[in-house]
Parts: sequence; structure tokens; C-alpha cells
Amino acid sequence: MAEFEVQKTQENLVYSRTKVLTDNVMHYCPGCSHGTVHKLIAEVIDEMNMQDKTIGVSPVGCAVFAYNYLDIDWAEAAHGRAPAVATAIKRLNPDKMVFTYQGDGDLAAIGTAETIHICNRGENVAIFFVNNGIYGMTGGQMAPTTLIGMKTATCPYGRDPKLHGFPYKIGNIVSQLEGTCYVTRQSVNTPAAVRKAKKAIRKAFENSLAGKGVSFVEFVGTCNSGWKMDPVAANKWMEENMIPAYPLGDLKDI
Amino acid sequence: MKEVKLMKGNEVLAEAAIRCGADAYFGYPITPQSEVMETLMEKKPWETTGMVVLQAESELASINMVYGGACCGKKVLTSSSSPGISLMCEGLTYLAGSELPCVIINVSRGGPGLGTIQPSQGDYFQATKGGGHGDYRLIVLAPNSVQEMHDFVFDAFDLAFKYRNPVMVLSDGVIGQMMEKVVLAEQRPRWTEQEIIEKCGDWALTGKTPDRKHNIITSLELDPYAFEKFNQKLVEKYNKVRENEVRYEEFMCDDADYVIVAFGSSARIGMKTMEMAREEGIKVGLLRPITLFPFPEKPIAALAERVKGFLSVELNTGQMVEDIKLAVNGKTPVEFFGRAGGAVFSPEEVYDALKEKLIK
Repeated sequence: MAEFEVQKTQENLVYSRTKVLTDNVMHYCPGCSHGTVHKLIAEVIDEMNMQDKTIGVSPVGCAVFAYNYLDIDWAEAAHGRAPAVATAIKRLNPDKMVFTYQGDGDLAAIGTAETIHICNRGENVAIFFVNNGIYGMTGGQMAPTTLIGMKTATCPYGRDPKLHGFPYKIGNIVSQLEGTCYVTRQSVNTPAAVRKAKKAIRKAFENSLAGKGVSFVEFVGTCNSGWKMDPVAANKWMEENMIPAYPLGDLKDI
Repeated sequence: MKEVKLMKGNEVLAEAAIRCGADAYFGYPITPQSEVMETLMEKKPWETTGMVVLQAESELASINMVYGGACCGKKVLTSSSSPGISLMCEGLTYLAGSELPCVIINVSRGGPGLGTIQPSQGDYFQATKGGGHGDYRLIVLAPNSVQEMHDFVFDAFDLAFKYRNPVMVLSDGVIGQMMEKVVLAEQRPRWTEQEIIEKCGDWALTGKTPDRKHNIITSLELDPYAFEKFNQKLVEKYNKVRENEVRYEEFMCDDADYVIVAFGSSARIGMKTMEMAREEGIKVGLLRPITLFPFPEKPIAALAERVKGFLSVELNTGQMVEDIKLAVNGKTPVEFFGRAGGAVFSPEEVYDALKEKLIK
């Protein structure tokens, strides 16, 4: 095979990895949505030229190590408390672009009060919420968003509302609050969805800089390890079960 | 020119927070310290110094707002009372584990549980031995006057930034609610962004610029050996605090046969007992720990060589007495007298206890 070198020039460079992603190898399972969402957020920060002005708040859950992957300043919050942490960071640094990155256990179970109240105060912060219906980090336990009938380590016979209560759509709840300006539900299951999701991230960040209040971007995601499926089957299962329960689209945009 | 005012302890905390150049106060109302946030909201420091004042939805949220502000190298504080401090304990251990400077004020009341709204010193263990999980220490200052409520807000921030550690001001409902003369310090400017970068730039979240690596505030480390090293680093820091920051006052201890040990409002009552005893020719002294961590072990150990006994006087059922016993190490008797649940002893009661338990 002949050896040849491709010279990278402005003309032939069609894609490169954003400088906002670090060289660290992500710990996410193959097929997990987190990696894609991370990359999109990093690309938007880069495209907005805001690397030196962005502060992220990572959660407790699978995304706890988000701070290892995006080359920005980060605070790692206690479980569910990211919105409180982000509130103070933004109030004390009004020129910074501040966001939280949270999973469903963090944002919709243990951190429900913090989530509701950051939205109600209308802090100028973006919230990125990955909803995969399960606790990934702790090994696949029931989440507040686990679907009825879905099996997890703590509802091994399937979620029964009589025993475990109902799944709920926190995006719909926060869309009712005066302090939110943009609430949307996205996914990263297809190339088209990825492009739409990226636009939503950009809009959320722009809203926060414009002082419009909380932008809440939910990503319906896969957890193939927790769901015990291969990546392709997990994506299909999500499309057939998760997305009907958590329909995609804008819930609020003002 | 000195500004002298007659003020309530809780109001002075608010005044001192503004004057020391704090960047933010986050809190949640709870008796007997609600005047702190009320005073701040009335004074509107955001219009003068630019200080942020925010009422959070809970103490959980307010301590995590403190965490967020402290992450950025800002001077942030909160105040609460006992049940609220219990809620904050999660945040306290994260703050200690992330080595974040901040000030927490506890105007304590009687517990356990919802307890009472009357004063108590039942939070001594919580303040000095933890409260939250894991091996950590707060630096703890115990004011016994309205003047010290003012001064210790300044001192607490200095210590917090010197050691990158949360500092607690452990007061009680008596000091919070009483009025006294206070000399107010002059307004200090808040740190500029540039000053924060100079003082805290190697760790604080000031925005990742091309000239440095990204700063991460976290207390997570999955490698046990790396985390053991971090725990050891904390121990070394706490040992430095023990070496350099012990504060206490001694009254008439030079010739004393018996020494009362008391902090905060108890020390004021103990002082009166000491005077009563002296009038009757009984040589009683008083040692007032000002820092509860670091505890004044050495001066107590030195007194233990020559006094006939110590009486620990506390508004609880016996907490600091354990630290006195450790310092005394069996060399001389250590007795305890206290009242709890919001009840406060009189100087006469303390004197009776002294006679009954030690002088005999």
C-alpha cells in the first residue's frame, strides 16, 4: 500500500474535533447517549467562542466525570444540588455562561426541589438533562422516569405504579413555571436528531446570555448497559418505548 | 472615625458581612437568627457594595449556593440555627472535601429534633467533630459578645481563605438576640476579579483561559491510594491550624485552685460565678475557649498540672467536657455542669455546682 500524507488546509478540512473536548478517554459505555451530548455541548461552546467564559456544573451519576471531558472550568455538585450551585455561580459571575448537566435521578428525584426553584427563580442558566429512565452509575436501579413495566435492579418484576409510583415528565412541570423561557425535549438517536439537539443547546446558551431565564433541554437517551441491550437494540427500544412516553419537541419557547 | 452603635447580635452579623466585603449571603429563615437575612434585605447591599443576597428554598439549597460561590473564589456566607445546620451538613462535608473557603454561622438553639427556639450549646459536637460524613474539620469560632459577632465574621473569612477551609461561627440564641455596644469596622472593598485571580487563580473557577489548565472543584477520587493521600493532606492542614490558630482567654487563672471552662454565653455567666467565688475568698479562674476547633488543649494541660479541678459549664448535657478530659488526661478532676433544652443556668446555680462537685 502506498504511503501518502494528507495535508490539512483550510480548503480540505471538513471536520475536526473541537478543542473544548479533552484527550481523556470517556468512561461511558459504547452506545450511551452521554458521549454524543458532551460532544455537542463542547462544539457549541467552541463555536460561540466561549471556552474562557463557560462554567459547568456536573452531577452525581454517570456524568459525574463530565469535568474530565470538557476543557472548561467545572464544579462537581452534590447529588441533585447542581441547580443551587449554578445559581450562585451565575449570580456572582453574570458575564459567565453557566450550565448544569444532570441525569434523571439527580435532577428529577433527589434534586427535584433545586430543579423546580432554579426554574421558578428564572436564573440565567442552561440545564442539560439526560433522561435514560434508569440509574446508570449505581448499576441500573429504578429512576423517577423509569417506564411502567420496565425492569430495573430495584423493580426486577417491572415498574408497578401500585408499588413504585408513576414515571413523570419533569420537563412539562418546569415548562409551567414563569422563570423558564425555553423547554424542549430532544434525542440523539439519528443524525437528524443530533443536528436538532445541537441547535437546542445553542439556543439554550444564547438565552442564558440574553438574560431570558432558565432554558431546560432534555435529551431522551439510551442506557444499553442498564437496559441490558446491545447499542442498536437499545436505540430501537428507546424509539419504540421511551420517545412515545417522552415525546420530542418544544414544550415552551418564548 | 470610629462608628459605635447599640445593636442586636444578629443584626451585627449582617452589618459585618457587608463591611468585610462579602460577595454573597445565601440563607433560609429560621428562629432565632432570621434577623440576619432580614437586615441584609433591608440594607440592600447589592446597591452599594454589589453583594448578592438570596433567600433559598431550603438550607440544602443555601449551603450548595455557598458551595457554588466559594468555587469561584468569592467570599460567601450563610447563617442558620441548629435544625438548619443539620440540613447543611451534606454541604459542609463537600465544602471541606473540596477545600473551599466560606463562613457558616450557627446561632444555635435547643435540640434534638425540632427542639426549641431558646438558646443552647448542644451543637458543640456537630460543629467540632463533624456533622457530615468523612474525616474533616471545620475551624470553629465561638463569640461571647455582640462585638465578637462582628469581629469574628472578619476573622472567619481570613481563616477560611488562609487555609481553604470552611469556618463556622458557633453562636447561640442569647448572643444573637441581645443588644450591646459594638464598634463597627470601616467598609472593606470586595475583591476585584483580578484580585481573585491573583489570590485563588490556581483553583477557583474564573474561566479557563489559554494560559492555564481547566480548574475543577470536586471531592471525588476513585483511587483509594490517591484519596488516602488527600486525606493525609487534610490532616496536615488541620495540624497547622492546631499549631497556629488556637485562641482562648484566661481570667484569674494564675493563682486559681479551680477553673471554670466555658465558651460563648456560658462564659459570661461563668465570669459572674467566678466573681462571686472570689468575693468569698475561693480562688476560681475561668478559661474561655474562643476557637473550639482548634481546642485550647495546651493551656488546659498546663493548668492541669497545678489546679485542683476543672468545671466544664455548658448549655447542653456535656459535650466540651470530653475535650477537656482529653487535654487533662487524668491529672486532675474534671466535672461537668450544664442545662439543656433551651434552659439557661444562673451564676448561682453554677456556683452551687462548683461547690458541690469540686470544692466540697
